[in-house]
Amino acid sequence: MRLAQKEPTPPTDAPGAPYQKGAIFEMADRPQQLIACHNCDLLQREIPLNPGCTASCRRCGAVLYRNATDSIVRTLAYTLAAVMLFLIANLFPILSIEMKGDRSAITLLGAVISLWDQQMKAVSVVVLITTIVIPAIQLVSMAYLLLPLKFWRMPVGHTLFMRTLQHVQPWSMVEVFLLGVLVSLVKLTQNFKVVPGVAMWSFGLLTLLIAAVASSFSARDVWERLDQIRQRRVRT
Amino acid sequence: MRPKVQGVSAASRGLSSCHVCNLVSRRKRLSVPAHCPRCGTELHFRKPQSVQRCWALLISGYILYIPANLLIMMETGSLISYRKDTIISGIVHLWKTGNMMIAVIVFVASVVIPLLKLISLTLLLVSVQRRSKWRPKQRTRLYRMIELVGRWSMLDVYVVTLLAALVQLGSMAVVKAGPAAVPFGAVVVLTMFASMQFDPRLIWDPLQDERYQD
Repeated sequence: MRLAQKEPTPPTDAPGAPYQKGAIFEMADRPQQLIACHNCDLLQREIPLNPGCTASCRRCGAVLYRNATDSIVRTLAYTLAAVMLFLIANLFPILSIEMKGDRSAITLLGAVISLWDQQMKAVSVVVLITTIVIPAIQLVSMAYLLLPLKFWRMPVGHTLFMRTLQHVQPWSMVEVFLLGVLVSLVKLTQNFKVVPGVAMWSFGLLTLLIAAVASSFSARDVWERLDQIRQRRVRT
Repeated sequence: MRPKVQGVSAASRGLSSCHVCNLVSRRKRLSVPAHCPRCGTELHFRKPQSVQRCWALLISGYILYIPANLLIMMETGSLISYRKDTIISGIVHLWKTGNMMIAVIVFVASVVIPLLKLISLTLLLVSVQRRSKWRPKQRTRLYRMIELVGRWSMLDVYVVTLLAALVQLGSMAVVKAGPAAVPFGAVVVLTMFASMQFDPRLIWDPLQDERYQD
């Protein structure tokens, strides 16, 4: 059900077009839709955007949508690369220290378990969720949604996965964790010989890739693709 | 300064936008819970009980902020010295030992951001409850900023985790996480939940003398 066609708006206070960066070019095959700003609820008309441009709310300035080029394919590529780095980052030690022949190294999961054993269970669970569980859920759902969509198939339970992605997004803190690793590194170099492990570098790259996933992913494109697949099915 | 009110809100037309797929749809009967025609998510004009829930989480955050700052965050022991550091004293120690960059980063992440978040959310909630028309654009921007920077307060929790797990060299050097780690982590989590519960659209409703419950 699309509302754009049957919305009777009087001309005096018709919803205005959002502020756009860059010029507009014609995209005749999409009907004009209405969009409500999620920050201030201002009703606006969707306008076609040039690739790479952003539409922001004309009242409060929130980003409404973007025209992300090849969003689905690019996000999928970044996601698959991120999955591999995620595995490396979790399997290998992040840091190791040496002091008079004594050596100690930790992986991320090792750090979580060690904290659990030190009776800091609540904190260790928070660390586990924000650095391992949520990023894993994010990457898996992303791949699960985008892989079928690339081949014009409907992923089963797509609403559930889209909802999960949205709810889970603020709790993925790989970049904060990376900063934590760097701060610990500097603190440790005062007293120990510190050797950064493979996982530290892969966490660095993982942070970049997750940022790339976030900036190329566009939920709007996913929903649009889902609608198109549905329309194709109806036609055939 | 009151900005020019341009256009109308979706809610004033009986339209609500789905918070999952962003589809704008009309709600036929306002008393019945409506669902998004595209993805089936329950529709609301505004986040339900946004102000009450946000207050509850925020007040718990304030309460836990006290032990988070007064208790010991990290215990560092070696052959020569034994230190017990709260968040603040840890930062002061970092500054004195010459790691000024790191001291500033930790100060911003674990002192400035949580405090900023608590104060800003209080300001937003009070202004929304008083149906203030004062600078809605700036208040919305403040909200967006809180959402963006909130996560970075987790920094200290990660640092403590890594150090406590790594430095376990028997009698030579030991680092232990202190009791403040739990309330501190809780403050971060609670304020993140609080900012998620807050609905910035409530900032704009008084400008058009509108009021929506659900």
